[in-house]
Amino acid sequence: MLRFVIKRLILAIPTLWAVLTTVFVLVRVVPGDPTIAILGDQASEGARAELRDKLGLSKPILAQYVDFMSQILTGDLGRSLSTNRPIADDVLAVLPYTIELTLAALVVGTVLGVPLGVLAAKNRNGFADWFARIFSLAGVSFPAFVSGILLLLVFAVELRWFPVISSANAADPVERLRALVLPALNLGLLMVAYVTRVTRSGMLKALSEDYVRTARAKGLPYRTVVWRHAFRNVLVPIVTVVGLYLGVLIGNAVLTEIVFNRPGIGKLIVTALNQRDYSLLQGLMVVSAFAIVLANILTDLTYGLVDPRVKTQ
Amino acid sequence: MTAALRDDFIPDAEPPALVVDELTTQIRVGRTWYDAVRGISFAVRPRETLALVGESGCGKSLTALSVMGLLPAGVGRVSGGRIVVDGVDMTAADEPTRESMRGDRIGMIFQEPMTSLNPVLPIGFQVAESLIQHRGLSKKAALNRARELLELVRVPAAASRLDAYPHQFSGGMRQRVMIALALACDPKVLIADEPTTALDVTIQAQVLALMADVQKREGLALLLITHNLGVVASVADRVMVMYGGDVVESGPVRAFFARPSHPYSEALLAAMPRIDGDTPLQPIAGQVPTLTQMPTGCRFATRCALRHDRCAELPPLTPVGDDPNHLVRCWARMSP
Repeated sequence: MLRFVIKRLILAIPTLWAVLTTVFVLVRVVPGDPTIAILGDQASEGARAELRDKLGLSKPILAQYVDFMSQILTGDLGRSLSTNRPIADDVLAVLPYTIELTLAALVVGTVLGVPLGVLAAKNRNGFADWFARIFSLAGVSFPAFVSGILLLLVFAVELRWFPVISSANAADPVERLRALVLPALNLGLLMVAYVTRVTRSGMLKALSEDYVRTARAKGLPYRTVVWRHAFRNVLVPIVTVVGLYLGVLIGNAVLTEIVFNRPGIGKLIVTALNQRDYSLLQGLMVVSAFAIVLANILTDLTYGLVDPRVKTQ
Repeated sequence: MTAALRDDFIPDAEPPALVVDELTTQIRVGRTWYDAVRGISFAVRPRETLALVGESGCGKSLTALSVMGLLPAGVGRVSGGRIVVDGVDMTAADEPTRESMRGDRIGMIFQEPMTSLNPVLPIGFQVAESLIQHRGLSKKAALNRARELLELVRVPAAASRLDAYPHQFSGGMRQRVMIALALACDPKVLIADEPTTALDVTIQAQVLALMADVQKREGLALLLITHNLGVVASVADRVMVMYGGDVVESGPVRAFFARPSHPYSEALLAAMPRIDGDTPLQPIAGQVPTLTQMPTGCRFATRCALRHDRCAELPPLTPVGDDPNHLVRCWARMSP
């Protein structure tokens, strides 16, 4: 197991290198001069040149690349162009909110999606199946900002079960949890749809496999056949989709965070874009890339737990 | 008594462990149900091997699934007749009763050892599972028994392989595990559906010998489903040839091979490769009609050289030759 982890971590190095290089290039090819963005278009050429020197933008591009890489390797994401605060501090301040939201959405997606998929497969073409299919379709079709506003209208404005204005940074844990429910549901709904579909099709396939017939020939109750024999074989596709969604959710958190006015990486990204804060944007992309690579490693490690055939390879 | 018992009544013999009486199994095609097995009857006694022979689609696997109560829901159903396993009428029983019979008093081995074991569960547990289910054994005790069973079917180093997974075993070894699994609760009846078809020829012989050995030792009634007449000749006591869901010929193996009487049985034997003569193989002309196009009388009539007008009516099973238990369903071969 340890060897597998180490191997997987080493394999992540080229991926991260490629992502960091892409981020470096992207930020420099976006149109717009950062010095104008910071100093305003009335700034003198002298002031802009001075700022360029300060930001290291007057150096040759290769030197900038070396600076960029060595900074990141030491864990330094640089300073924000607009506020001049260390970016790492800004990111760390809001990161817990995004992690909290993403994990909660992941739980929503899995806890709702998996049983719904199993139920749909067990009652193929029955009521549960129709419900799951319509629910999945709706889940995939609704953009997060539409479903978010609907959720707010129904559960916050009309029913008043949850706060309209987010109190995500409340000190009271109960209040904090209440503020998390609607955003997590909103972000999770998209995932429910996919998890349900993957679970349903995986279960339909598994239930028609020979080993399920063997299990039934043993005289096991149908419930045991479904969960112990069929479902365990569907864990691999489920883990895959959940792992993929960890990445998708980090990206989709942006919309949900804005609709629900929650602090988080998403809101920070929008701020950085509005301010044309290149260094902050660059730092945020680096953090997101690390998060997604980490999510993929976790997914791979989970395969080893759910499928004995993975371990020996 | 039932038709099945009349066929081969032996005085003072043990009562049969499996009785199938006038079993009719239907398959749904579109919205219509068609008879895929038509009123077949047989009985298997302890220590006896009955071979069910026929080509693909003749209803032999459906018969096995009917006996096990494992017909796919909505697609197959038992529409008539009785199945009695170790004295329990399976056709009249409710699902929980059938569940308690399966894996306990009746076991089944399937054709595909590569796919019949669950890839994500250790084989020790898969063998032990029915013991935990039916005998209420603790996991530890059941695994201990599983080790003994794996030793019985000669899986080498069984004790250290309880935690191994199916992908770590070869096809022949997996079929041994399947046999151990089916035998876990000492069933009275064992159904083996083409147990050696997917295996290499050298392994086939080993597995057959093992099954025969275990069967005699445990006193099992064995229903062996095969299309291989060589297998029938080497391990079966009695044989039953099926065609299009009907039993067309049945009898003791010796009498059957001495005088195969139904045109279909003759054709099956002629289609078998022989090591001695130079006669070319004779394939059976035509194909088994689909369920929707089955003739109402003798179902072999469309492919039969001896066909005449009377074949539009289904002939009864009637004795043929010297052995009174040798029966054939053919107008042309009935004694006048």
